[in-house]
Amino acid sequence: MMKYTLSVLVENHFGVLARVAGLFSARGFNISSLAVAETEDPTVSIMTIVVDGDDRVIDQVKKQLNKLVDVIKVKDLTEQDYVSRELALIKVEVDASKRREVIEIADVFKGRVVDIAHEAITIEVTGDTKKVDAIINLLRAYDIKEMARTGKVALLRG
Amino acid sequence: MILNGARILIESLKKEGVDTIFGYPGGVVIPLFDELYDEKDIRLIQVRHEQGAAHAADGYARATGKVGVCLATSGPGATNLVTGIATAYMDSIPIVALTGQVSTSMIGSDAFQEADITGITRPITKHNYLVKDTADLARIVKEAFYIASTGRPGPVLIDIPKDVFTGKADFEYPEKIELRGYNPKVKIHLGQVKKAIALMNEAKRPLIYFGGGVVLSNASRELIDFVRLTGIPCTSTLMGLGAYPSDLNDPLYLGMLGMHGTVFANYAVHHSDLIIAIGARFDDRVTGRIDEFAKDARFIHIDIDPTSISKNVVVDVPIVGEAKSVLKEMIKEVKPLKIEPWLDQIKKWKEENPLTYQQDDKLIKPQFVIQKISEITKGEAIIATEVGQHQMWVAQYYNFKYPRTLITSGGLGTMGFGLPASIGAKIGRGKEVVFDIAGDGSIQMNIQELATAICNDVNIKIVIMNNSYLGMVRQWQELFYKKRYSAVLLEKHDHNLSTGKYYPDFVKIADAYGFWGKRVSRPDEVESAIKEMLEYEGPAILDVLISKEENVYPMVPPGASLTQMIGGLA
Repeated sequence: MMKYTLSVLVENHFGVLARVAGLFSARGFNISSLAVAETEDPTVSIMTIVVDGDDRVIDQVKKQLNKLVDVIKVKDLTEQDYVSRELALIKVEVDASKRREVIEIADVFKGRVVDIAHEAITIEVTGDTKKVDAIINLLRAYDIKEMARTGKVALLRG
Repeated sequence: MILNGARILIESLKKEGVDTIFGYPGGVVIPLFDELYDEKDIRLIQVRHEQGAAHAADGYARATGKVGVCLATSGPGATNLVTGIATAYMDSIPIVALTGQVSTSMIGSDAFQEADITGITRPITKHNYLVKDTADLARIVKEAFYIASTGRPGPVLIDIPKDVFTGKADFEYPEKIELRGYNPKVKIHLGQVKKAIALMNEAKRPLIYFGGGVVLSNASRELIDFVRLTGIPCTSTLMGLGAYPSDLNDPLYLGMLGMHGTVFANYAVHHSDLIIAIGARFDDRVTGRIDEFAKDARFIHIDIDPTSISKNVVVDVPIVGEAKSVLKEMIKEVKPLKIEPWLDQIKKWKEENPLTYQQDDKLIKPQFVIQKISEITKGEAIIATEVGQHQMWVAQYYNFKYPRTLITSGGLGTMGFGLPASIGAKIGRGKEVVFDIAGDGSIQMNIQELATAICNDVNIKIVIMNNSYLGMVRQWQELFYKKRYSAVLLEKHDHNLSTGKYYPDFVKIADAYGFWGKRVSRPDEVESAIKEMLEYEGPAILDVLISKEENVYPMVPPGASLTQMIGGLA
């Protein structure tokens, strides 16, 4: 199993997300993450979908997506030169004694402290999936209370 | 011109050439039915159940090649269409389903007769629409017909709220379609055609396996030319039957392949070194155990739908395109192949294992009935079927001469399809003789449509293969479940044991609905009864009491390879 990154341009209509999500569940494809937003053209949305599977599954996923009337274009970024980012908000339970350590970890990852309370600190970090995974891994040494990730967004370079 | 939504819909349908709608009224669609009241150019066939409307539209589409249209109200009306829409979807049949919806301001409030039908039908339509503004209606109808009928055809649903029917808008039917996400016109890759021809020229044991795509793209002529020019033998799926004349005396025709295919077709597939699949999708009922399917063969696959290619079987040369245009390109390049030893082998298999059954002079054999119908109609009738044993006997023993004459639910396998579909087919092609060949189980699933036929003067001929059983399930129980006949006996029974009391009496049913009706129980009565029902000028039911535990053979057991057939072997 490998992770594939697809960038899918779709009509910005109601129900399109349901069509795409329904396609994945009906055909037994596995979505690892999904991010949707409007593009520079308000009639078009972009979905960045990370899919688990092998070549044959991905081939079917791409063809099935293309078959949807509301899908304008499917780009497989996996083998291409692309930039990607995701954002995570991580709330760690720490008292004042350990707060410094957590902030240092955030600094190394160019993360930002976005909230501090007596018993907790919330870090914002942006980067590719590996980087976000790495900081989460380090912060597990403390007590992660809550976490929210956006899922990956991606664009081809150039 | 400012019109209300209901009138805009009707005018748009007329622009699409719609002459018939199969429909059933209800609360939110009253404004539309009110507009239809005076409408002269569209025939409204009032069915007795919405499922019947969907199947009738489907049968009409299969028989004519045009888009079939059905219409239902919101909520239960719409959900009753679901089985019919799914049936059309699985067999790629172009229909447009129109449903009423509660007013836009009420949507989402669990209003009376509200159902999220676009949500429900999303996985069983090619596309669907919820119309929110009367001004969008004409464009959406135009798009719906275009999507339904182009590329790989399929059902499209348009859900129309009541206030969209009553609202007003300027009507101008659009000339052009702008759908940037949908481009069904594919340019045939001639390089792929060349590669395919090269594979064909190398092959020693090539075989053509064709399916419903040939029928859908009206490529019957091209298929016949392709087979005869190359001399490559061919076998059909259930959906392909009729695209090539079903004459087993033709040395290049092997009949149907797959679970109930002929022995020689399945042997030929298994031993082939090149399978040329045309408008077929390697369905599990065709391939049997997939890793054993034609395991020494290379594959050429011609299909309009890229998702069908390399879905179940990885192919060597895919050609994306309509069967008709691809075959036209190929015919330009092909030459006769020198494959005499292969044809000799096939001839030998045919002689050794002909399609056959045990004759009987006391019991009516269902295969015999189909053969008689085939003889009497010269293979030229339109035959709708329900689903089950009788459907397979039709596929095996009716010698279809032309495409679009077998109207059957192949993919979804919908019991209750045949009667309404035969009504749709007869309305679409009134000059043809149209049969519904049914089982005694299936016919009861939409039996209310007998009223639709009689009230609309639709002259269909129904032949019920009556064995008092849900025969196909019984056959599986006999073969794979130690003859434990659970819930398949249709007589009044005591713990699955027969009491000999059968309900209903189909001849009385015929009488109640104003049909001609007759029952036969001896082989020597069959031929004259069929002739009699055909001579009667009106809808007719022939109840044929057949041998009760007849099985469909040959049979590839589920999960077995195509060579592991039971029954029908020499």
